Order: sequence, then structure tokens, then C-alpha cells
Amino acid sequence: MPDSQGTTLNPRPASAGAEGASAGAGASSPAVEFRNIDIAYGKFVAVRDFSLSIGKGSFVTLLGPSGCGKTTILRSIAGLVDISAGQIMIGGRRVDDVPIYKRNIGLVFQSYALFPHKSVFDNVAFGLKHRNVAKPEIKRKVGQALDMVRLPGSEKKLPSQLSGGQQQRIALARAIVFEPQVLLLDEPLSALDANMREEMRVEIKKIQKETGITAIFVTHDQEEALSMSDRIVVMNAGSAEQIGTPEEVYERPATAFVADFLGKANMLSGTVSRSDGPTIVTLAGGQTIYVLSPKALPQGSAVTVVVRPQKLSVGRASANRLPGRIVSASYLGGSAIYEVDIGGKANIRANAPIDGRVLREGEAIELGFDPHDCVLLDEAGLRIS
Amino acid sequence: MKAARPNKEGKWAWRLTGFVTLCVYIFMFAPIVATVILSFNASMFGGFPMTGFSLQWYAKLMGNEAVLTAFRTSLWIALVTAAVTTAIGVVTAFALARFDFRGKQALSTLVILPALVPETILGVGLLVLIKAIDQPRTMLLLVLGHILLAVPYVVLIAQARMVGIRRVYEEAALSLGASRFSSFREITLPLLIPAVVGGALLAFTISFDNTSASLFWRPAGVETMPTQILSMLKISISPEINALGTVMIVVTVGIPLIGGLLMQSLTKLRRRGEPKEEAR
Repeated sequence: MPDSQGTTLNPRPASAGAEGASAGAGASSPAVEFRNIDIAYGKFVAVRDFSLSIGKGSFVTLLGPSGCGKTTILRSIAGLVDISAGQIMIGGRRVDDVPIYKRNIGLVFQSYALFPHKSVFDNVAFGLKHRNVAKPEIKRKVGQALDMVRLPGSEKKLPSQLSGGQQQRIALARAIVFEPQVLLLDEPLSALDANMREEMRVEIKKIQKETGITAIFVTHDQEEALSMSDRIVVMNAGSAEQIGTPEEVYERPATAFVADFLGKANMLSGTVSRSDGPTIVTLAGGQTIYVLSPKALPQGSAVTVVVRPQKLSVGRASANRLPGRIVSASYLGGSAIYEVDIGGKANIRANAPIDGRVLREGEAIELGFDPHDCVLLDEAGLRIS
Repeated sequence: MKAARPNKEGKWAWRLTGFVTLCVYIFMFAPIVATVILSFNASMFGGFPMTGFSLQWYAKLMGNEAVLTAFRTSLWIALVTAAVTTAIGVVTAFALARFDFRGKQALSTLVILPALVPETILGVGLLVLIKAIDQPRTMLLLVLGHILLAVPYVVLIAQARMVGIRRVYEEAALSLGASRFSSFREITLPLLIPAVVGGALLAFTISFDNTSASLFWRPAGVETMPTQILSMLKISISPEINALGTVMIVVTVGIPLIGGLLMQSLTKLRRRGEPKEEAR
């Protein structure tokens, strides 16, 4: 998989296009475009030099820990936060001076934010009413939207009579019924319980595909990001660490932060001990392993070898073998997670399918992985490419 | 009254607390109860003992033109005060809760100041000001004075409610295309209704039973209910005053009571189903 963008801390505007679901529509201007925006609250800079271009009809996720600026960026599209520098374009139109109520965006909040004193119908109809849509047309569209979120006939209910999941469906219907240019979702699943969350994940994605709406989704949950997005923007401390498809950011993390944030990768530090022919790295614990380096590395340079827990096999013949002792074992049914002490600074973690019996704490174990199943980071924590 | 106190001393402490509480309540409510009871006394004198049950003092009150005039005056002053104060209070609370502007801290202190300054001082102060700019004492002055007295309470009530209305509702309304004004009218104001009702009722009572400041501000010849009672007392303690006092008690206690119940049920209606506040 080519890694076209996102290898530096300030990625260049990524080209819109390939993943736009509605073919042809994306040919014109991108649905949303950020051009080098800064957002500051007084002296605190929440977002620094952020650029991103989002193709029409695509589903883009801003993923990062709390305080990384992802929600701030989302709110800046809505016009709820002022940007201090740069430009935001929606459908090719600059919106810096456009007040929120004229931006034509749909917004879904974590806390649903349904108007508690209005019925479901009045909630969903709110956006249409303020666009002076005729009454019969409002009725038809609200009915359609409620069908879409699978809550037909709930027009007369008050939000307080609905469950959390139902409230969020209504909030979604309210945000898409007037066909906004962009749908913004601010951690819409975090307030739901685990089962409902998974169901809504599928539902939101389905509705987004059906309507072909451009969606920007904010979350700190990597599973949500990986399962729903066409593209993921991994954010840290106010800027983008990597922009790419779910596979790209997971399989080929651009930085140590991305590797760690998405799926808790094992980071094995070591030095290059042979670089002619296959690259060999000597780990801090003394083991030597074969790795696949995209370019020749000078002997003695410090590198970090990133291996996903799922890529580590137990007791199987592979190019690299890491013997160790199990510190803790958790049985998960289909697989087991082992924390293994291999003599390095940190234990490494393997998530392996159960083959025969589950190994117990204190037992010896041999982990293995293939050279092409790892990613190399340089001293600065950036992927070597 | 409480189950299983651990030891004897605790039990006595509990009894003592109960006794003191009872004394305080008697001290507080005995005059009110006495007034109400004596208003039905048949005796010519406004005190105990009771000589019989009678409604004659109420009948006499109904025929007393001065009292009726005072009642009407108090009523409309209280109504105007309630209306104006509520409008000012709600807008001020909204501004203080939602916007950042220069002098916000100063304004929020200034607005509750009249509640902290002793009423007599405020009364004299406004009077001195009026004299200084050589204006006569008019009804307008009296109404303005009452508004001044009631605004702090209404602002405090509305502000407390405003804090509970999450900004996200207004943001949702704006994102759906409502202008700032529409979002206030359609979303914020309906959610503020309990505070609006509560504030209006409180302002009404504050104005209706205000005595000391009204004494300073009323134009010559104008009496409000409290000042009317006061001037009647100067002549004699007629049983009529007990009847009048009872009417006052019913109005000033009854209205906030109704308001409180109304507010409670409104709040309950709104609160149901609101999601738990999430950590940001």
C-alpha cells in the first residue's frame, strides 16, 4: 500500500477523490476544506496549521485522545468556534464570516441535544421550518427521515419518552432531514451502552451511504474509527499525525503516537546491527531479529520495531523468535492475550489464537513474527520509508 | 422521632433540639396565627379574649374605600413591577450566563447590590437623588423603586436556571438554521419558563408587601396596602387590621406557594429524560 501522505507532523492537504462514495460528484470542489487553520483560545493554541480536504460523500473520522483538538476542528466547521488563521471552505465557499445558522450543516451531539420541550416531530421539523419549507412537505420529509432511522410513527413522543439510542436516532434524523452539505458527528456514540453503540455504528454508516452525505465524525474510540471511516485523521496535540485509510493508519502507522494509539502496538527498541542484505536489528534485550526496511539503514542507528499483538504467533516456526516467560495470560475464548517478559525494558503483548491449550502465567513461551509484519520507526518516532 | 439513637446523651440532645426548634416555630408563627384567629373575633377590641366568631371585620373592610384604594394601588404596582422585573431579570441572566463582555463581573455584582443594601438606605438614597435633580415624588418613582428592589432576586433565580440549560440546545437550534433570536424565543425561553414564573411571583410579593421603602417613595396622598395598615395602626388597633393582615398573609404566602408548586411541576416535566451530564 503506497503511503502518499501524512508522514510529517504537518501533512500537506491530502488530495480529495478516490474514496468519494458518490462517483463523479467529487470531481468539483471538495465538500470541506481546511487551509492551514489555527484555533487559539487566548494563549492556548488548540489547533495548529491544520489542513485537510474532504471529498464529497466520504466519511472522514477525526480520531485522537481528549484534548487533541478534534472536537474544536469539528466545531469550527459548524461555526461554533472561530478560527484564528487560515480558511475553511464548505462546498468551495469560504465560510469564515458565515454565521452558524447560514452554514447549512447537520450537527449531532454526544448528548443528543434534542429539545426537551418539543415533540419528536417538532424536533425533526425544526431545520425545515427555519428553511421555510411548506407544511405538507415538512410532514413528508419528517416521515421519511423517521423511516430512515427506523423509528416511524414516533412523531408525537417527547424525547424523554425515548431511550438513549432512540434519542440519538432522532438527533440523526433531525440533522439530515434538511439535506445539509455536511454532517458533523461529535462523539455521537459515547453516551450509549456497548451493545447500542455497535448497532448505531452500523446504522450511521448505512444511512451515510444511502444518503451520500459527506460526514465528519469525531471520536476517541479507535474501533469506531476503523470500522466506519473511509479515511481517518489521527490527531495529537492540535495537529494531524497521520491521514489515511483505516488499513493505512493501522498497518503502517506514520509515527510512534499513531502506532500506540491505534491498537496498543509493541514497540521494541534496538539498533541496526547489519544493513547489507536483510536488515538485522539487535533489541535492547540482546535478541536479533530480521526486519524489512524500505531503505538501507546505517549500521548502529537506533530504531523502534513496531509489531501488532495480533501479528505475534505462539510456538510456530517464523523468521523471528522471541523466547520469554508469561507474566500474565487472559483467556478471551477464541484467542488469548499474553504479556510476555522477553528481557527488554517493557513486556510485550501477544494476541494469539488458541492452539491446543492456553498457556499459564510463569510458563515459557516462544513468540514469533515475520519480517514484513513490522514497521520501523526512526529515533524521532517517524516511520522509515 | 428518629429511630435508635445510640446512647442516652444523644437521646437528650435530640429532645433538646426538638424543643428549641418548636420554640422557634412558635415564636415565628404565633403572631401570624394570632392575627388570623383574631380577624374572626366578634369583640370590638383587636385582642384576646375571643368573644365569638364573626366575619364583620371583613365586611367592614369591604366597605372601607381607603383600604380598597390602597389594595388596588398595591395590586397594580406589584403587577407592573413583576412584569418589568421579569423581563429585565431574564435578559440580564441570559447575558450573564451566555456572553463574555467587558465589565461582566461588575454588572453581576451591581445587579444584586440592591438586595444587599438596607432598604431604608436605598429608600433615603433614591429620595435624596430625586430631590437633588428637583423632581416630584410620583407613582413612576414608586414603581421604579420597587423594580430596583425586586430585580436582584429575579436575576438570581433566572441565572440559576440558566446555568442548568445546557448551551448545546442553543447550538443545536443555531446549527439547524434558527437565528440567535429565534433560538432564544423557541428554545431558551421555554426552558426558562419555571424561572420566569418563579421570578414574576417573587417580584410580585416583594412589591406587594414592601413597607419601608414605599414610605419614602410614595407620592403625597397615595397609600399602598402596607402603608395603609401602618397609618390605620397609628389611630387604633382596630380588629379590622387583623382582617386586613389576614388578607395580606393569604396573598403574599399563597402566591409564592402556588408559584413554587407550578415551578416544581414544570421543572419535573423538563427534567425527565434529559441525559446525564457527560464529562467534557
